[in-house]
Amino acid sequence: MGDIRFEGVSHHFGDDAVLRDIDLTLTEQRIGVVGANGSGKSTLVRLVNGLVSPQAGRVLVDGQDVAKHAREVRRRVGFIFTNPDTQIVMPTVREDVAFSLRRLKLPATDAAARVDAALERFGLDALADRAAHKLSGGQKQLLALAAVLVAEPSIVIADEPTTLLDGRNARIVTEYLGSLHQQLIVVTHQLELLEDFERVIVMEDGRVVADDAPGPALELYRAAIR
Amino acid sequence: MNGFYHPGRSLLHRMPAVAKLLTLIVTVTVVAFLRSPEALGIALAVTTLLFVVAGIPPRLALRAVGPVFWVLLIAVPLNGWLVGWDSAVIMALRVVTVVALAGLFTLTTTVSAVLGAVETLLRPLPRVDADRVGLLLALTIRAIPLLSEIVGSVFEARRARGVDRSLRAIAVPVIVRSLQSADELGDALIARGVDD
Repeated sequence: MGDIRFEGVSHHFGDDAVLRDIDLTLTEQRIGVVGANGSGKSTLVRLVNGLVSPQAGRVLVDGQDVAKHAREVRRRVGFIFTNPDTQIVMPTVREDVAFSLRRLKLPATDAAARVDAALERFGLDALADRAAHKLSGGQKQLLALAAVLVAEPSIVIADEPTTLLDGRNARIVTEYLGSLHQQLIVVTHQLELLEDFERVIVMEDGRVVADDAPGPALELYRAAIR
Repeated sequence: MNGFYHPGRSLLHRMPAVAKLLTLIVTVTVVAFLRSPEALGIALAVTTLLFVVAGIPPRLALRAVGPVFWVLLIAVPLNGWLVGWDSAVIMALRVVTVVALAGLFTLTTTVSAVLGAVETLLRPLPRVDADRVGLLLALTIRAIPLLSEIVGSVFEARRARGVDRSLRAIAVPVIVRSLQSADELGDALIARGVDD
């Protein structure tokens, strides 16, 4: 498993503090992050692959400071965004998955084999030559998953991956996420998704207000939003 | 080029994209210089034959060439009236042949292969970042359906709120959502290692 450390991390957007002096060490396989909108949970996970740089403190992934080694860290950290539409770069499904391998400079046959395997794993092989933007919302999010996992990251971060999906597609994406062997950090409002996770972090106003096993952490969060 | 590729195993599909792109450039240049209707007629017949060889269904072939007929509907009478009908026929044959050749190229070549070909051709040029140009082309192609979806949903919202005639009710949300999508796409590109 990866070793992610937040050391005295603070971050502001203008005058608004979104993270306040966060100290965390994340080593569990499956970690959930919950909190109200604007509580800082998305900013917290964006720090892990350098999409956001902390204004105070530092974030380390396997001992590497993300601010100084963002490119190296990103090769190990896959990120799935809320809106799959804005993750699709290439016109067809196969090309979009292959796009993730460009940076690895693999021989064409190896790259093609990895793309085929990823498409098959996520049930997208029959759609390989379809226009990616014409897929359903659920299929697009599976494409985003395939595009991230084809690069074989050791850590996967998903920022509200099911928010824009209907119930059926949300369940399918959730099942795929649950089957990953990588270290997984999921930001979500779907609390039932986190019940079999090892750890849940509850954020409020830029601070960690609970950090526990899912049972007590989610109980506290449910009580807070009731 | 946006989802326009028609999968196949024909000779044209299997031809390397760089060779295909260079052949297209040379052929289009030659067609642009043909002056006789007979020669242009033969060029168009050969192009049509290539569509058959590539196994492109007539529906897709028409989709590739169809839009140009709307332009010709105005351009041919105008050209015939101002310059002469011989010139109008030559212009029409030339335009249809060139557009059909370009359509055939996009129908038999994946966007990745096109980008790869463009990058290969640009790589020897000094001070040109071929990878960046390739990515720029890919993003331009990607922006078409993305913007189309944004405009479509803004039109729906506008109708739902009963502000059909307000230009501002379209322009403002389209611009805001386009910028937001560009921002998100930028994050996704960084996360997928584009800055490596």
